[in-house]
Amino acid sequence: MELVKPGLGLIFWMTITFSIVLFILSKFAWKPILNSIREREDSINNALNAAEEARKQMSALQADNEKLLNQARAEREVMLKEAQEMKENIIAQAKKSADEEGQKLIAKANASIESAKINAMNELKTQVAVFSVDLAEKVLRKKMENRSEQEAFVNENLKSITLN
Amino acid sequence: MQYNKRKIFSYLMQVFLLVSYLVFTSSSALAQDHENHEHAAHDSAHMVESNTQAHVESAHQTESHEEGKVDAGKLIMEHIADAHDWHIATIGHTHISIPLPIIIKDNEGIKMFLSSKFKHGHEAYQGYMLEEGKIVAVNEDGSINHEASFYDISITKNVASMLISVIVLCWIMFSVASSYTRNKGKAPKGLANLIEMAVLFIRDEVAKPSIGPKYAKFLPYLLTIFFFIFINNLLGLIPIFPGGANVTGNIAITLVLAIFTFVITSINGNKSYWGHIFMPPGVPKLLWILLVPIEIIGMLNKPIVLMIRLFANITAGHIIILGFFSLIFIFGAMNQGLGLGVSVLSVAFTVFMNFLELLVAFLQAYVFTLLSALYFGSAVEEHHHEEHH
Repeated sequence: MELVKPGLGLIFWMTITFSIVLFILSKFAWKPILNSIREREDSINNALNAAEEARKQMSALQADNEKLLNQARAEREVMLKEAQEMKENIIAQAKKSADEEGQKLIAKANASIESAKINAMNELKTQVAVFSVDLAEKVLRKKMENRSEQEAFVNENLKSITLN
Repeated sequence: MQYNKRKIFSYLMQVFLLVSYLVFTSSSALAQDHENHEHAAHDSAHMVESNTQAHVESAHQTESHEEGKVDAGKLIMEHIADAHDWHIATIGHTHISIPLPIIIKDNEGIKMFLSSKFKHGHEAYQGYMLEEGKIVAVNEDGSINHEASFYDISITKNVASMLISVIVLCWIMFSVASSYTRNKGKAPKGLANLIEMAVLFIRDEVAKPSIGPKYAKFLPYLLTIFFFIFINNLLGLIPIFPGGANVTGNIAITLVLAIFTFVITSINGNKSYWGHIFMPPGVPKLLWILLVPIEIIGMLNKPIVLMIRLFANITAGHIIILGFFSLIFIFGAMNQGLGLGVSVLSVAFTVFMNFLELLVAFLQAYVFTLLSALYFGSAVEEHHHEEHH
């Protein structure tokens, strides 16, 4: 059958043409086309990866921020508490020292009053003693005009002294 | 999944081939019948030699309005066979055709002239003439010399059509390639977009799954055969000048393509590929006597299957379409009204068939590429059977 008998000329031309076409297309068409497709795919993949990376970094950053904020909040809390305590301490201390100082002052005043009182008393005593001695002298002068009475008196006094 | 699809499609194609054979044989039988009937009824010699001759040539153009018998078998065969001139139309007795160069290599050297010198087979030129579309050597007295040895490497209709398709293919691919270098890194535009779809399809759906990690080496070949077959299939569907030839439905073309696939498979066959053929692992050595020839037949069978599948599918498509058209003229020769009636049906069926052929044009290019890829895959695949046995 003519149909299934391959023609020599056609085989000849087909082999030559197809070899040339295969060579030319491989070198000048498929290579640039496939290369550009691969490059584009690579660049798209890279861009997607970079976006994913950026997204991750962003979320990490956000988490960091959150953490930092929380930390700051806690710190503020602590600081406020400390300040409160400090304030209370200071007030308490001030109160205490004021009390102490007052107490001291009062004690001091009391002491000085006491000493003044003692001094005054002492002075008074001395004065009274002086007055008494003077008076006693006067009295005694008057009374001791005679000898017997003198002696009696001295003896009496001597007795009392010994008793003391 | 993909294998199943392929099986279904190839099954479909086989059915079409069968149908086409039926149409072809029945129509030629009908014509034969009709011929007898005609001769009996009229018993006239109005089918004189010249008229028959004119008819054989006008057979290229199905819209012949001449009266007379219609030999559908011959018409179809001439249409799907190769030719030495590119017939465009016949008006009355004038043939409009493009003469193609005849190149003959014989012991006198190379002879080159245009096929118009043969005057459509009426005259001999430089010791050769056309006999039923084939070049034959003739003696001085005009009788055919069967002993003469010569090589006919003419630019036939199929060669010319193939060259046109190759130019179209190169033009498309170069423009696409240049558009890629112009728009580096950008999305493809226009034609490049369309071609990229096919390129990615071949790369991701055909080459990668069938061949595996070594696919890149075979990709240029796979892309070339895919687009080559596809463009030639499409050109074959165009009924007038730039198309109309039956390039991929010619066994010489599919033979060369199959040989290319076979050679590339064999060159790239690794140790385990050849080992499986000549030293099938896991069977007793005695069985090798039986298995090795089977394996060798299997290896040679692959390109033969490739060759026949493409040839038969495309030829079948052409035969079916031409068969439907022939029906119009077969019935028209019996009765003009009948021919008119049948023409409606025929045109409807032909339109349907043309759409189907568009699908087949893609499908056969795809199947050829896929099978080639599978053969390459089997050649470069690393087997580890020895460890399992």
